[in-house]
Amino acid sequence: MINFFEVVETNEMIAKENLDVRTITLGISLLDCIDSDLNRLNEKIYNKIYEAAKDLVVTGEKISRDFGIPIVNKRISVTPIALIGGAACKTVEDFASIAKTLDKVAHEVGVNFIGGYSALVSKGMTAADELLIRSIPLALSTTERVCSSVNVGSTKCGINMDAVKLMGEMIKETAEYTKEADSLGCAKLVIFCNAPDDNPFMAGAFHGVTEADKIINVGVSGPGVVKTALSKVRGENFEVLCETIKKTAFKVTRVGQLVAQEASRRLGVPFGIVDLSLAPTPAVGDSVADILCEIGLEYAGAPGTTAALALLNDQVKKGGVMASSYVGGLSGAFIPVSEDQGMINAVEAGALTLEKLEAMTCVCSVGLDMIAVPGDTKATTLSGIIADEMAIGMINQKTTAVRIIPVVGKGVGETVEFGGLLGYAPIMPVNQFSCDAFVNRGGRIPAPIHSFKN
Amino acid sequence: MNKTIITVVGKDTVGIIAKVCTYLAENQINIEDISQTIVQGFFNMMMVVDTNTSTKHFGEMSDDLRSLGEEIGVVIQCQKEEIFDKMHRI
Repeated sequence: MINFFEVVETNEMIAKENLDVRTITLGISLLDCIDSDLNRLNEKIYNKIYEAAKDLVVTGEKISRDFGIPIVNKRISVTPIALIGGAACKTVEDFASIAKTLDKVAHEVGVNFIGGYSALVSKGMTAADELLIRSIPLALSTTERVCSSVNVGSTKCGINMDAVKLMGEMIKETAEYTKEADSLGCAKLVIFCNAPDDNPFMAGAFHGVTEADKIINVGVSGPGVVKTALSKVRGENFEVLCETIKKTAFKVTRVGQLVAQEASRRLGVPFGIVDLSLAPTPAVGDSVADILCEIGLEYAGAPGTTAALALLNDQVKKGGVMASSYVGGLSGAFIPVSEDQGMINAVEAGALTLEKLEAMTCVCSVGLDMIAVPGDTKATTLSGIIADEMAIGMINQKTTAVRIIPVVGKGVGETVEFGGLLGYAPIMPVNQFSCDAFVNRGGRIPAPIHSFKN
Repeated sequence: MNKTIITVVGKDTVGIIAKVCTYLAENQINIEDISQTIVQGFFNMMMVVDTNTSTKHFGEMSDDLRSLGEEIGVVIQCQKEEIFDKMHRI
């Protein structure tokens, strides 16, 4: 039987160390909504999502009450809209009307984000893909809860540099369209290489075409729990350090697995995966950077950071894999800047630069995430940053992503406030040298040699 | 098998256990195990209860005990046993 100390340990994790389930994300396929009539398409999308998700929030709240564990977000991901809207949408406004439908149904069922305003263009763009991408600034500036992502590369296909160039321009345009809100639109836009089909985390969640009609994916969290566990083994060697991370990751993931199974059972929707990611929030004590400091760094970004992050990421996976029957999504450590107080402190102290962050993305689960840069950063420079990050993903056969915000009207030394889970960020300096000629070449970068495994 | 773990944390005072047990008895909830300790003047109790014969739903019991806790000045929380089982047992 469960003993007193185990109960106290679990409840302290929840009460004092910010243990929570970050999100229950309901993936919904919209493939059966496709229609050549735009109005009918919007109606079908609304109805399908509403029917599937109407009990999601209340079920999440009941699970939360039964186990005494906070479930912070309930969200929805849908099939990439470029595939769904292709037959009906002839203009950017047509596509943006679907975004408005998604936003409306998200409000109606009470989820705080809906992901899947997306296009998958790692090798080439169809006319619909390009139209959707060009509609992103309008869609994100006229909706509140819609998240958008574009997959522009993969290890199997290489990098679509035309799409990379276009995304640099679209980020700039989205920033301009949402300049009254500190270019907030860009915080809801992710550019991926090797995007997973089952990622439950926003802003990059979409319901891949390889998925079932509906699926429950759960994202756990628990940087504070890992940090507290590590504070008890200060000065011990790497073996002890790694064992501690593994054991803690196991416990955290088991909670995610329990919640995922319960949500699946109660909603009558199959369980997909648990995403093992350590996802920070701006709350004090809920920081991945603080774990790096606990491992022995003065600030995130100090020499040794990449190694510390690599071992953290690996041990989280090793501990988590055994705790869940299906693991997927992004699964690793997230290193967003604005959503992590320790990362913000590191940037403000001058310890963490864009270049060091890029190195860190080679060994963690995502990429350059929630980074605010000066509003006058050129579109080609943004494309160059995206291309670098995509190359890291392509060559290392991992997911990488870029979520970068060129804040209109602000420069280095200023800060930007996004609010809520998105946090605040100091504006980081960007390398000023040009990559125009590189970005403007056009075409695609071929798949790397190690992709030919057949 | 419908086990619930009830935890009570707060300032030690007369009659905490009596009040919680009275509520459980009135609602046909059987107590299987109790452990308690006092750390630095703070009362910590854990009960394992069987809710199979309970006259109340989990949600109601949970809300009732929370308000009871507020009356006595302690925090009473009900959680289904699985969360602890999953976390601490392979």
